[in-house]
Amino acid sequence: MAKKIALISEECVACGSCLKACPLQAISIFKGSHAIIDATKCVGCGKCQRVCPASVITITERKES
Amino acid sequence: MKQKKHWYDYLWIVTATYLILGFFNILFAWIGILCFIIPILFALIGGNKHYCNHYCGRGQLLERLGNGLRLSSHRSIPSWLRSKWFRYGFLVFFMTMFFNMLFSTYLVFSNVHGLREIITLFWTFKVPWEWTNTSMVSPWIAQFSFGFYSLMLTSTLLGLITMALYKPRSWCVYCPMGTMTQSICQLRHKTTSSR
Repeated sequence: MAKKIALISEECVACGSCLKACPLQAISIFKGSHAIIDATKCVGCGKCQRVCPASVITITERKES
Repeated sequence: MKQKKHWYDYLWIVTATYLILGFFNILFAWIGILCFIIPILFALIGGNKHYCNHYCGRGQLLERLGNGLRLSSHRSIPSWLRSKWFRYGFLVFFMTMFFNMLFSTYLVFSNVHGLREIITLFWTFKVPWEWTNTSMVSPWIAQFSFGFYSLMLTSTLLGLITMALYKPRSWCVYCPMGTMTQSICQLRHKTTSSR
């Protein structure tokens, strides 16, 4: 299982830049409000973080459940 | 894994063409209304930001210039530029200037003043734009074109400046249409979930 995951803060503007950047299609826009990450798909590669114009994405260590 | 290209991934060509056409005939500026109407319709009817997410030619153009031509510095946008105060403040300012432009069009329509063949950049700098032939339409139709094209050119220039200074799609952070449609979607979601 991937050890890292992307987290999106509430300041997301839902522009959708991250959608195209994600190689695993792990991101979607929730009802035009903000981006959400599918934790089962995200590997924390950081591509979304690099393109996010609002800089609201952080890559963190995944909490083991 | 590379994502499949869709027809809408090439809408940046439409945006670039639109901006170029304005230099030849200002009346093409009217087409830009679609960039106002379509995102609002998506937000009001669909409750989504599909326009921003998939169909915004300006966002794509900024991405192309910033990433493809490496014109972006890829720095993080300052926190004040992404703050709610700035985003909503800019939306209010932009809409005020939009209605001001509509009022100017009305004044020409009602013959209070004549057609002013100028483009106003950054709501301040007046650029003479007399080479386009607008004699085939009523003066108010031409006046709206000058006003609307001024807005479109100014916002594109702002987008280009923030693309160069920060990340390619930094314009999307404070784009008035993006802010407005996000608010519509959030309000729509709030009202439907509270029912």
